Parts: sequence; C-alpha cells; structure tokens
Amino acid sequence: MSSEKPIVSPSPHLHGPESTRRVMGDVLIALLPVTLVAFLCYGWSVLILLLSGVATCVLCEYLINRFLLHRPCTIGDLSAIVTGVLLVLNLPPAAPWWIAVVGAVVAIGIAKMTFGGLGQNLFNPALVGRVFLLVSFPVLMTKWTLPHGFLQDYLPMLSSQVDAFTGATPLGVVKEGLISGGVASELAGSYTWQQLLFIRPGGSIGEISSVALLLGGIYLLCRRVIKVTIPVTIMATVAILATIFWSVDPARFTGPFFNVFTGGLLLGGIFMATDYVTSPMTTSGQILYGVGIGVIALCIRYFGSYPEGVSFSILIMNCVVPILNKYCKPRRFGKEAK
Amino acid sequence: MKKTFAMGGVHPKDSKLARKSAIEDLPLPATVAISMAQHLGAPATPVVAVGDKVKVGQVIAEPSGFVSARVHSSVSGTVKAIEPRTDLAGNLIPHVVIDVEGDEWLPEIDRTPDFKGDLTLSAEQILARIKDAGIVGLGGAAFPTHIKLSPPPGKTAEVLILNGTECEPYITSDDRIMREHPDEIAMGAKIMMKALGVGRCFIGIEENKPEAIAAMRIATIRFGGLVVVPLKKKYPQGGEKQLIDAIIGRRVPSMGLPIDTGAVVQNVGTSLAVYEAVQKNKPLIDNIVTVTGKCLPAQKNFRVRVGVPYSYLLEAVGGAPAKASKFISGGPMMGKAIRNLEATTQKATSSLLVLTEAETKRRAEGPCIRCGKCADACPMGLQPFLLNKLMRLNRTDEMEQEKIFDCIECGCCLYTCPANIPLLDYIRVGKADVMKIMRSRKK
Repeated sequence: MSSEKPIVSPSPHLHGPESTRRVMGDVLIALLPVTLVAFLCYGWSVLILLLSGVATCVLCEYLINRFLLHRPCTIGDLSAIVTGVLLVLNLPPAAPWWIAVVGAVVAIGIAKMTFGGLGQNLFNPALVGRVFLLVSFPVLMTKWTLPHGFLQDYLPMLSSQVDAFTGATPLGVVKEGLISGGVASELAGSYTWQQLLFIRPGGSIGEISSVALLLGGIYLLCRRVIKVTIPVTIMATVAILATIFWSVDPARFTGPFFNVFTGGLLLGGIFMATDYVTSPMTTSGQILYGVGIGVIALCIRYFGSYPEGVSFSILIMNCVVPILNKYCKPRRFGKEAK
Repeated sequence: MKKTFAMGGVHPKDSKLARKSAIEDLPLPATVAISMAQHLGAPATPVVAVGDKVKVGQVIAEPSGFVSARVHSSVSGTVKAIEPRTDLAGNLIPHVVIDVEGDEWLPEIDRTPDFKGDLTLSAEQILARIKDAGIVGLGGAAFPTHIKLSPPPGKTAEVLILNGTECEPYITSDDRIMREHPDEIAMGAKIMMKALGVGRCFIGIEENKPEAIAAMRIATIRFGGLVVVPLKKKYPQGGEKQLIDAIIGRRVPSMGLPIDTGAVVQNVGTSLAVYEAVQKNKPLIDNIVTVTGKCLPAQKNFRVRVGVPYSYLLEAVGGAPAKASKFISGGPMMGKAIRNLEATTQKATSSLLVLTEAETKRRAEGPCIRCGKCADACPMGLQPFLLNKLMRLNRTDEMEQEKIFDCIECGCCLYTCPANIPLLDYIRVGKADVMKIMRSRKK
C-alpha cells in the first residue's frame, strides 16, 4: 500500500486520448500533402514564407502572453503554428517574406489574442490576416505565379498551355473575360479537369492541388477531428446553386465542377470553415453555416467585383456563429414527461 | 449491425483483465462491518443487540421506510458493536460489527448447488420473498428490487430487460456470473417476469463478452420468452435509459421513469440474487466483486460476503504496490474513489479497481476550443460545455432550461474533452442546485 493518502476525486477516473495539441497536430499533418505539392511546384519561396509566417505567429503569441497578458505560455497547444501555416497557404506564391510577417502579426495579435486567445476569437485568425493583406496590398496579393517547379517538368500534361511565368487564377481569368465580353463556358473550358483536380494553374499556395486538399480532409475525417457536415454542405450548396445558374445561362455563369474545384473553396471549406472556435457546435447550426458560406461565396464569384469570395464568406458567417449556437440546440434524448 | 443506443457515447478501452479468472470464494475475515445504508432510501434499523449470537442469513436490521431494505448477517458470530463508522467516502454511517465465529448458516437456506427450476409461488409471494431477502439492484444504484418490480398505479410493465452489458471498463463480475450461472440468471428472469406479469424478457450483453452471450443463449432455450440481444460495445450502454433505447427503441421521457416506456430493467446480478432468494431461500448476503487494476499482482473475481474491508480484498490478490494511488469502488467511469480503505463492501459493490497516478491523473485544464465533442459524446443530448459555463456564472434558470436535470453523470463529456475541462464536476454541482430548486417549487 502506498504510504501517501489515496487520491480522491469525482468520476470519471479515466481520460480519453483527445487533447488540444493532438487536434492541432492532426490539422498540421492533414496540411502536409498540399504543402508538399506546393513546395514541389513553387520551390523555395514556399518554405521561406512558411518559416516567416509560422515563426511570427508563434513569437507573437509568446510575447503577448508574456508581456501584455501576463499569462502562461500557450504555444505548446500548436494552435499558433496552425494559424501560421493556414495564413501562408492563403498567400500568393510570389509574395515577399514580410507579407507573411505582417499577416501573422494581424492574425495572432489582432484576430486572436485581443479576444483572449485560443477559444475566444470570433473570426478565423488566418483569414483575418489574409483579408487584411488583400485590402492593404492588393497588387502584391494578386500577383499569381504559375506552377513551374520540379513537378511541372515531369508531368507536362498538367502544365498550362501558356508559357508565362505569371498569370491570373482560373476564377480571375473568367471574371476578366466576362467583363471584356467573353463567354463563361469557353473561359472555364480552357482548363482541363486534370488541371483542376491535380495541379491548378495559378492561385494561392494552398490552392495548388484539389486532390492533396481532399487527402488532408479524409485524414481529418478518419481521425474524427472534423465532421463531414460543414465541408459537405458548403460544397453541395455551391454545386447545386452553380448548377441552377449555369443551366439557366451558361454564357454568364460557370458550372458546378469548375466552381467547386477552383479558388479557395476546398482549402476554406475543409480547413478554415471547420475551425472549431469560429464554427457552430451543433449539426443544425453547422448546416445553416455551411449553406451560408456556399451562397455568399458563389454570389461574390458571380456578382461581386472580386473574382473569389470564400475568405469573405467564411468571415461573414463567423459573425453569425454566436446566434446559431444560441438557437440551434441538439436533439434531446427524451420528450417532456406529461 | 448489432444494436446500440442512438445518441452519444464513448469507447474507452475495455481492459477486462479479470475475465479469465473464475469466481473464487473470498476467505472469511475476522470481523465484518455491515452498513445500515446499503440501498437507496432510508437506512435500515438494527434489530440485534451487542453480544447477540447471529447465524449467516439472520435478519440484523429491518427497513425503516417505504424505500428501504432489510439487512441480513453475512457471517456467523457475535455482534461486537453497533456504531457509526466511516464509509468509503468518509461519511459516518451506522454499522453492525460482527466478530466471525465459524460459518454456521440458518437451516432453511438451501446451500446445495442443485438447480431448482419449478416455480409454484404467486406474484405476491415472489415479491414478499424478494423483499424479505433484502434484495437491491446490483447494477450500482442499489434501489430496492421489490419496489422496482411493483409498478406504480396507472403504469403497466410490458417487458423485462436484463442488463448484462457491463459497459464499464475493467469490471468482469457480471461476465463471470453469466458464464458460470446462466441457468440461475435465466430462472431469476423468469421469476421476475411472473412477478411483473410480463411475457417477454430481453437480455442485453455487449459483444465483447462472447462466452457470456453463448452461455446465456443456451440457458434461455429451456425457458420461453427470453431473448439474448448482443449489443455493440459502447459506454454508457448499461445506463437504464440507454439500454431501453438500444433494445426496444423507446426513450424514457425527460423527468420520467423507465416504466413510462413499459420496460423494467434489472441487472443480471440482481436476477441471480432473486433466483437464490426465491428458490433457495438465501437472502442477499454476498455478491461478486472484481478486484482489478493493471498495477496489481493478480486480477480476480471473488464471491464476497457483505461487510468485508476493502483492504482485506486487496490483500487477497497480493496487496497493492506502492505506486497505487487511486482506489475505486465500481468502474473507472462512474465508480467512487475510496478515501478510507478500512470501509467495507456493500450489497451493490461490483468492483475494487486500483489505478496508478499515471493512469488516472487529470491533465491541466486548457481553454475551451468549442469543438463540441462533449455534446457529441453526451448520451442525453445535452450541451456540457454550456452547462459548465452557466454553472460557473451561477445561472440556475438557464441551466434548468438546458435540462441539466437530464444529466445521468456518465462522465462521457469529461472523458472526451480535449481541453481537459472538468465538465461533469461543475455539472454535478449545478444539477444538485437545480434539483433542489425544482423540489422546493413542487412543495
């Protein structure tokens, strides 16, 4: 028998394997495939951006905890690293390193820590950082490099027809083409399905490959980090709405496949909209939230002045989350007794 | 697809270390201390005096209210004291302390191992026997069985459900009795069916006990109306409400009773006790206790007389090592931590589990990341994160609106929380507050 007094505490006496650090670690693992493909396509600039973005996020959180909030260090939960990686994946590959630093300071310093740190923020920190950069440095943030690295040399069938080093994203091409009198179906038709699925021509670092993003999503589902509700309702909403618009007027509106597999819909839908802190907690709330994101994103694409609207749509729906949490209740076990 | 309950639940590792150990009789200790509060309800009143000689099975205390139960001597010997002693949690409870002398049973108790399958008693006679034998629910709550078998006026029982799920990790006592005494359990079910006047009985057993499922299936062949239902392994399947949902797909209403669904749930251990009481005249004086834990030298299942000190049980498996730091009566999910190892076992004690600090340590609490995993795990469809927050803000009204009283305290929320927030600790306190307010309103 132990000489010390036995521990006495209420049940349960066991704890499951879940931890915040494990959740964040799983998100990082799920982001590996797309990061790797981006590195192979865009080269060292991706690594430099990642390094500066992640280091700034971690340092920022550490310094704010230490000197402003006087709270224990929280960087061990890995959430700052996740924010850093997601921010960088939302930058154009040609962005200079200091862009990532500025974005990281805004993401952690303003969007996360001013609300009180992990779990308290209303908006997705990485997206706040990204949108801040987009409106502050519009030129730098819309200079798209085309994939050119190692992969391109070995898989020529995926390379874009044009030999240019920079170009617009598929969504940008469509938007500009439509303004100058083009036909949507032809503009979208210049991209093959292989390109849209495997290596996309132009876009943010993390938008490089639909397949790599889906792989990450499947990993998160298998590890039960996320549930299918949010990604599937977003994709389904976009696909259904796009089908309706496209069948009404294919000359003005792009189709469902093009809309799901271009831009930030997969990256945003799988990795940003599912952020625990800024998404609803019940299934019914998550469905409303996912539908909202899908509708707003597609409206911005079709009718807005920006070619892409996933970041904005997620941030807008972030505002609604507290209300969704208040009114969307889970199904209770039993009915009221008479 | 095997059946299970529809909402929530968690999957802790089952760790049934003692499942291969056949039931052994625990040697008698020198002294037993029998608690007068071994059941839900009013404590029993002692009817023996210090110095009295008692035999095994002799009544030593009578019920003192409607919800109460008789207590019998589990040993033969001399009553040494009738005094308050601390129970496992450290509360002072009246105990009858008996010095053990030999092992002399009352003559009317049938101690032969023969199976007695003929039942001639009427429902009233059965209920009287069960009441006289001091039988309480052995699943944990220790509710007097004769009351549960007499539905209140206006409610009728349609089906009996035997609970052989044993969904708590580590415990193997129900598994062993189903493997070693399947006929007796089935007969016990038949007796209770007659008492209730129902024609059907389902026996729910989780699929991690294939031997028990097989044994009970063979035993049920000779009795009509009994069906073994294998269930998926999921905690808290043994919760009364979850088991009814899993087996007959009906849900006990909020603030309602199981009988509102037409079901009466009894533990398989209770069924065995009912058989022994009705067919063998043996009152509830012993039960099966699993002594287990990875750090112990051995893990065993014992037939234990009521009133044996927990420390004596530990010695029977070779003593606890120095690193043992938490002793639990019951399972790791809902069991009670033992403060005082000199406290004694009761009728409904199912297990003594020993954990090391590493196995049971609670990690530091982090901020809520609003993942909603607690709500997904809640088998009652509640939102533990919200109840926890409301409790910390002391908002009793809102806790009531959020149905905190529906909480069954299974611990799934705390088990699953990635941020290690002590959700259930706060919910328990809030639930007690809300229930107090609701009761005072009714008066």
